[in-house]
Amino acid sequence: MSQTRTITLTVNGAQYTREVETRRLLSDFIRHDLGLTGTHVGCEHGVCGTCTVILDGESVRSCLMLAVQANGHDVRTVESLGTVNNLHPLQEAFMEAHGVQCGFCTPGMLMSLVPFLEKNPHPTEEEIRDAIDGNLCRCTGYQNIVDSVKLASEKMAKAGDQVVATR
Amino acid sequence: MKPAAFDYYAPTSVDEALETVAQLGYDGKVLAGGQSLIPAMNFRMALPAALVDLNSVPELSYIRPTDEGGILIGTMTRDSAVEFSDLVKARAPMVSETMPHVAHPQIRNRGTFGGCLAHADPTAQLPAVVTALNARYHIRGSGGDRWISSEEFYTGPFATAIEPDEMLIEIEIPAMAQRTGSSYRQVARQVGAQALVGAASVLTLDDAGRVMEARIALTSVGEVPVMANQAISLLVGEVLTADTIIAAAEAAATVDIDPGGDIHCSAEYRRHLTRVLTRQSLTEALERAAR
Amino acid sequence: MSKKYLGQRLTRNEDPRLLTGQALFVDDIELPGMLHAAFLRSDYAHARINSIDVSAARERPGVIAVFTAQDLGDVWQPGPLLVPPPTVIPGVVFNKRTQVPMARDKVRHQGEALVVVIAENRYIAEDALPDIVVDMDPLDAVVDIERALDPDAPLVHEDLGTNLASHVKQENGDYAAAKEMADVVISARLYIDRGIAGALENRGYVASWDSKEQRLTLWATTQAPIPLRNGLARILGLSENQVRVIAPFVGGGFGPKIMMYQPEEILLTWASMKLGKPIKWIEDRQENFLATTQERSQVHYAEIALTKEGHILGVKDVFVHDTGAYNSYALTIPLNTQTHTMGPYRVPNFYSEFRVSFTNRILTSPVRGAGRTYGVFVMERLLDMAAKKLGMDPSEIRRRNYIQPDEFPYRTGIIGQDFAKNILDSGNYPATMEKAKELIGYDQFLKEEQPRLRAEGKLVGIGITSFTEGSGVGPYEGARVTVEASGKVSVATGVGTQGQGHFTSFAQVVAEQIGVDPKDIFVVTGDTDQFHWGAGTFASRGATVAGSAINAAAANVRAKILQNASKVLEVPEEEIELVEGMAREIKVPENKVSLAELAVRANPMRGAVEPGAEPGLESTAYYGPPYGATGAGTMSMIVEIDPETWMVKINRAVMAHDCGTVLNQMIVDGQIHGGFELGVGNSFFEKLHFDENGQLMNATLTDYLIPRATDLPRIEIGHLVTPSPLNPLGIKGVGEAGAIPTPSCFVQAVENALAQYNLTILEAPLSPNRLYELVKEAESA
Repeated sequence: MSQTRTITLTVNGAQYTREVETRRLLSDFIRHDLGLTGTHVGCEHGVCGTCTVILDGESVRSCLMLAVQANGHDVRTVESLGTVNNLHPLQEAFMEAHGVQCGFCTPGMLMSLVPFLEKNPHPTEEEIRDAIDGNLCRCTGYQNIVDSVKLASEKMAKAGDQVVATR
Repeated sequence: MKPAAFDYYAPTSVDEALETVAQLGYDGKVLAGGQSLIPAMNFRMALPAALVDLNSVPELSYIRPTDEGGILIGTMTRDSAVEFSDLVKARAPMVSETMPHVAHPQIRNRGTFGGCLAHADPTAQLPAVVTALNARYHIRGSGGDRWISSEEFYTGPFATAIEPDEMLIEIEIPAMAQRTGSSYRQVARQVGAQALVGAASVLTLDDAGRVMEARIALTSVGEVPVMANQAISLLVGEVLTADTIIAAAEAAATVDIDPGGDIHCSAEYRRHLTRVLTRQSLTEALERAAR
Repeated sequence: MSKKYLGQRLTRNEDPRLLTGQALFVDDIELPGMLHAAFLRSDYAHARINSIDVSAARERPGVIAVFTAQDLGDVWQPGPLLVPPPTVIPGVVFNKRTQVPMARDKVRHQGEALVVVIAENRYIAEDALPDIVVDMDPLDAVVDIERALDPDAPLVHEDLGTNLASHVKQENGDYAAAKEMADVVISARLYIDRGIAGALENRGYVASWDSKEQRLTLWATTQAPIPLRNGLARILGLSENQVRVIAPFVGGGFGPKIMMYQPEEILLTWASMKLGKPIKWIEDRQENFLATTQERSQVHYAEIALTKEGHILGVKDVFVHDTGAYNSYALTIPLNTQTHTMGPYRVPNFYSEFRVSFTNRILTSPVRGAGRTYGVFVMERLLDMAAKKLGMDPSEIRRRNYIQPDEFPYRTGIIGQDFAKNILDSGNYPATMEKAKELIGYDQFLKEEQPRLRAEGKLVGIGITSFTEGSGVGPYEGARVTVEASGKVSVATGVGTQGQGHFTSFAQVVAEQIGVDPKDIFVVTGDTDQFHWGAGTFASRGATVAGSAINAAAANVRAKILQNASKVLEVPEEEIELVEGMAREIKVPENKVSLAELAVRANPMRGAVEPGAEPGLESTAYYGPPYGATGAGTMSMIVEIDPETWMVKINRAVMAHDCGTVLNQMIVDGQIHGGFELGVGNSFFEKLHFDENGQLMNATLTDYLIPRATDLPRIEIGHLVTPSPLNPLGIKGVGEAGAIPTPSCFVQAVENALAQYNLTILEAPLSPNRLYELVKEAESA
């Protein structure tokens, strides 16, 4: 008989209180309990990076956390970055440099890049590849993703933006 | 791949955590960073009856200097905090140098220093690195506190000396003496992958340039971190030359280890890498000690 | 005439949704009352099933139903063949043994489904799996594909009396005679292994039977929604019109998602009908390793006969191919191997023979490259060995053997996966070699850089290999193009999309015909309610075949627009242009009418219409190529090997590629980048390790290594264009190009870097461990 707990957490700036099974993975909670299906699931053993979200400002694997562990914490998912009609410069850059093919790895990739670009707004090619090394992509061969990040850092420098998840 | 059900405890103090752990005994498993335990649970290879989640116990996260010039790292300190700590860089640079090899940044943001050591994966880097640094492990249980060495701590693959009613509290990395140099070298198929072989060397020289103390710990060549004792014996008391280092590396590869082979790495290739990496890490440790 | 939309690097229509997490993937679907499935899968690769007791699982709270093969009744039967055997090839032996929906008396591979549990959620469904008691007697497993053909090997299908799944011989010319005349004959045993597709999205389905509407809807991560719909309807006793298959956004296909009537597809749809509830199943990553199809090894005994000038007189290749426990996908992969061995070269005498083995592993299906990679590896290695023997540069021996630009269409005489004798439609193979050499600085590397770096003790080497890519095969695809009352345009076609940018490239094709911005063109792919004729996305055929059908439909719509506009504007059709959603008189631009208005006029709500008229501005068209178009290219790379650890780094990589007319260069380049990643995986990282019991020992992403960002260099691409004469747009496929030449190029480069050891490497993938062994062997010899 599985236990449940009541948790309260902030997701993309909104507060949620829910009762969850203690064994429910954070990835499943985000996707199916909160309906935020932008975060995807690829392996459930922490290796592919598809499920990456931002917890208290740092990138983490949501498949390796229990939802109950997010109690009292701040979570940001890809839905916080931009909307279809109002893309974040990082998302625009991915579009312009063709850094998206099937799009399945993309949200996790973006959530790894947001904190990275905050700390390193003008990365070199090598630094970018290091930063996305924990995110598998099978479609793009990473090349256009690297170009997307370079383009994003230019765009954001021009706009004087910080890469901060906006909502 | 969903975990099986378990009873869940989230203590908020060290004492409460210890009480819970003691009560549960063999049924309870400590949940630290979860970066190794939760995948095992998702595969249903680990089926703990109860989890004691330490993530709400803030007193277990710290990096403190000791008066002797060493460091104390609380068991729940995130790997990323250790990675970017200036104190660690100053007093245990080999740990800082090793961190980028440990999985990926997203894993290091949640994974904990103590959790990694307590997991005792034979292919992990940190157990060998802290073994080479002569770390000591502070364990507390219903019987009180004890401090043990790395040799006592790691008892087998994924097994440590922590009893069912005990918890790892903190790790001490002693001060590095003057004229000490250290170096960790490894080969892994990809960045962040498990090491095929890793060699952590620490050399302390006296004023005449002779080796006063040498510690070489190897990972992925046995069930626990392996101290290359034969190799060490060839170094102590010597002024090192390229040839002595080569001889020591040879001893490490042929005498000190009895590695198995697996799908990633044959036993022979492991010996070869041990030879190469021991030589490389000793050479670099020596350069750094002499500075 | 320059094109306004075709060939432009337009950004993709679908990207904003994908980038913001607003694109629908199968696991995103939530339906009221939806249940969840989990499968109990065999741990044994080969075993007799004595009994399965599901009673305890049925009792578990939260479990709704548990089904075994027995429960399926008549629905339990071996599935249909997905591809027919090539009976057109004389003497072909094909022993059909197709996949079953669930193991019944026997399991034939690890991961084969034994039981399906339907529960309130996936967690509970997985809880119920250990409740099930299966009594199985393990049997000896057969894993080695050559030993499988020994008379005393354990039999995967006892009733067949052999593990020989197929035997095919093809010959063009007379190899034996050619060998007699040769100055040089090189023979070799080559071993090429491939692996999983490794799409980031695992397979998944939501099956929903609505008994009030008497309709079944299946959301599926499939590359072939239409054939899947038709087959499921037949299996379940429904009319095709009662079944709707939707492939929403799919997170990567690469081949395995072309498989149909897979156990999960049949079980979930059947169970949904039985229970009257929607059911979801999402594969987890471990299941993906065990229960999703993959490519695996081939062993080749190959020979090449040449003159002393290095001209190929003949090639003979006898090989064994692994089909796994079943052969539902028939012979597509080994036929591709046969046709692509000759590659871009003139091979006047060619003999190719293969046997296919049943083994106790999951059945094989195409994975990006789909058999071409093996054939290219064989030929490229034989040429390299011949070049070494003759003291010739690898690029030179190839140059001497290319089919020349004036020899097209070139008939190879060998039947391929489309059951026709392979014809190479067009190409300029020598130009791809020249371009690749130029891009990488081939001569300069060999003359200056390599000697200099070698003097510094560096082990650096260069490789250069050429290939062809048969693509765009039939049978056909179709499309419907409609100008709507708003002036927006909708396009529907049957091929699905797994990231290739169809929503955009197809819009570009239509935009070029009717002058509407691609951003106002809404493309639907992969929904059988929207379009229900077609074969699917495979063999790099989407742009070529579906694109051509879309082009034809758009051309028809263009004609209708001009006809109607001519009446409205009172000007002959030739004097009208279509620009920015308007039809306007070229000489008097103010005399114009919008497409929107024309669409409304063409669909009157009252009054009479002319006899034979069709409503609206719409057309449906089909395109079937006479045979597949063939792309080609040359890849080159420079590697550096650490002389102590034997780790290999690819410092530079280039590809000179010809896929005919380019619809969208951004998308074409992206396809090559992605194929290159898989190719590098197949060269140095990816290997499935099975033990002698057929157990997969590395069924996780920790132990099966997929290339990461720091494992790959940039690949520079040079484009050449020899349009295909087979379709009006002149396109050829490109989806697999990056994967096909890579292992042969990598191995050549590694040999070149290790020239001092004089290795002849006849296998792929390699690893640092393997290089250590090869060098040690060479040193002790």
